[in-house]
Amino acid sequence: MKFRLAGDGSIFGFCTDPTTLDTARWTACYLTTGKHIGFYWSFVTVLVLLAVTAPTALLFGFGGASAARSQVLPLRWFGTIYISIVRGVPDIAFFLFFVIALDQGFEFLRHQYLCPDWTDRIWQGNDFVVCSAAKLPLGNAPQWVHEVYGFFLAVLTFAIVFGAFAANVLHGAMQAVPRGQIETAEAYGMTPRQAFWHVLVPQMWIYALPGLSNLWMLLIKATPLLFLLGVEDIVYWARELGGTKQARFSDYPHGDWRIWYFLALLVFYLAFTRLSEVVLSRLTRRLSHGQATIGATA
Amino acid sequence: MSCWQTVQDYGLRAIGIGERLLPREGFDLCQQFTLIGSGLIWNVYFGLLALIVGFFIANAVALCKASSNPWIRKPAEWFILVFRGSPLFIQFFLAYFIFLRVKQAGYMPWLTSAQAGALIVLVLNTAAYSGEIFFGALRTVPRGEVEAADAYGFTGWKRFVSIIWPTTMRLAWPAYTNEAIFLFHATTLVFFSGFPTWRQQGDALYYANYFADKTFNPFVPYPIVAFYFILLTLALIGSFGLVNRRLNRHLPQERRARLKFRPNIIR
Repeated sequence: MKFRLAGDGSIFGFCTDPTTLDTARWTACYLTTGKHIGFYWSFVTVLVLLAVTAPTALLFGFGGASAARSQVLPLRWFGTIYISIVRGVPDIAFFLFFVIALDQGFEFLRHQYLCPDWTDRIWQGNDFVVCSAAKLPLGNAPQWVHEVYGFFLAVLTFAIVFGAFAANVLHGAMQAVPRGQIETAEAYGMTPRQAFWHVLVPQMWIYALPGLSNLWMLLIKATPLLFLLGVEDIVYWARELGGTKQARFSDYPHGDWRIWYFLALLVFYLAFTRLSEVVLSRLTRRLSHGQATIGATA
Repeated sequence: MSCWQTVQDYGLRAIGIGERLLPREGFDLCQQFTLIGSGLIWNVYFGLLALIVGFFIANAVALCKASSNPWIRKPAEWFILVFRGSPLFIQFFLAYFIFLRVKQAGYMPWLTSAQAGALIVLVLNTAAYSGEIFFGALRTVPRGEVEAADAYGFTGWKRFVSIIWPTTMRLAWPAYTNEAIFLFHATTLVFFSGFPTWRQQGDALYYANYFADKTFNPFVPYPIVAFYFILLTLALIGSFGLVNRRLNRHLPQERRARLKFRPNIIR
């Protein structure tokens, strides 16, 4: 995911002694130190998170929405509860909850499977203890495994929470497809399954698109919460790099620059959401072509 | 220790009344319910104040955005763009470091406390989101109502206050209810975003996080937070529903806008 050059080293040759450089060169050297390269890579982390989470959440959402429409009662309950519980509770609470809960859940399952003759209790008072073979990641695993595992947990957490939002949107979209369409399908002798896959699903996207666009914006704006999940993301690096650096510990001493780093993050997010807005409105216009909605006729 | 004793010790812990140290042992249900509930005081404080102050600013912002004068319109548009286009989390961090600069320059040291600084951010944030909602509603006020007002001789301020503004509120209210709910949810971010916690006086999620860290068991404190917030959400929907009923009281039953909670707008 990330590679880091050691400490203050830079890619430019003239950076050997930063104290002698003029402002422009100093800045160039400063912005290309190994730590800054790590900072730039964390932007890639955010983009990867978005690229992986968006389809996963859509999948979860589709599952939840289909479950909420299901003929089977327990499945319908599950779908409805999944959709409604996330709405009443702050999403940050879910983020903090799922990261620990998922981690413990995985370790518990592995513990049951790998150490069947373990007799001690797993929750010992205020401790959660599994055998060392069931630890995730394993105690002797290299650093990158820890980072990938943390990232994986974050993706899963995001997918569960945003899956519920997506399920809500898709459920509404399925309801919005005119009833006559399904009735026509039934009149042609289609089974409920056929009507669902061949009539309902192809038509629901145009109704879902405004909600899903909104959700995408929301997902972008939720990415800084990765920081709370313990991933070394852009917020982590901005705090780290912006903090006051003493000349004793760094070749590039400076005061408290966190304000500028966070200003840069703000600009990054503004540009990103603005770009998404433009692309999504184009997409909506293209997809609503030939559909009997207001967007197409207006 | 009895549960009543715990309530006396920790019921107002979030505002500094009662026991000074947070519980270090036991961590029974009573303790968790009490302390997390006391943290809820701050969520209500942030949410309620931001909602009230933000409401007035939002109205002003919506009116400015609807203005034909670009010197008034453009700043309102930029204000809304900046606060709606960036994550609240980043806004909190940036504001904190700005306030820190101001404090180091020797002005207004109280700005760096969460109770004042974070409140300002929340007010501006909700003003931008609700301003956009009110602006949208302002644009959809039926033309016929405005023409009728003209015909009756209403002009200027009088026309706005008695005809246009009440209709705007009526049209915006369902969306504004959602915004209010998410404002309350957003208050949980305050103590995770740079603003320091003074003497461990935090909000509900702060204490839930404390218990989860101490007990390694997320399955008790977080559902308690969820429980409290569901109650809070229901209370909000109830009180906004009352206002909604008043705003719609002149309409025939079937044309009344129903409050429906949809998570369409969050930060």
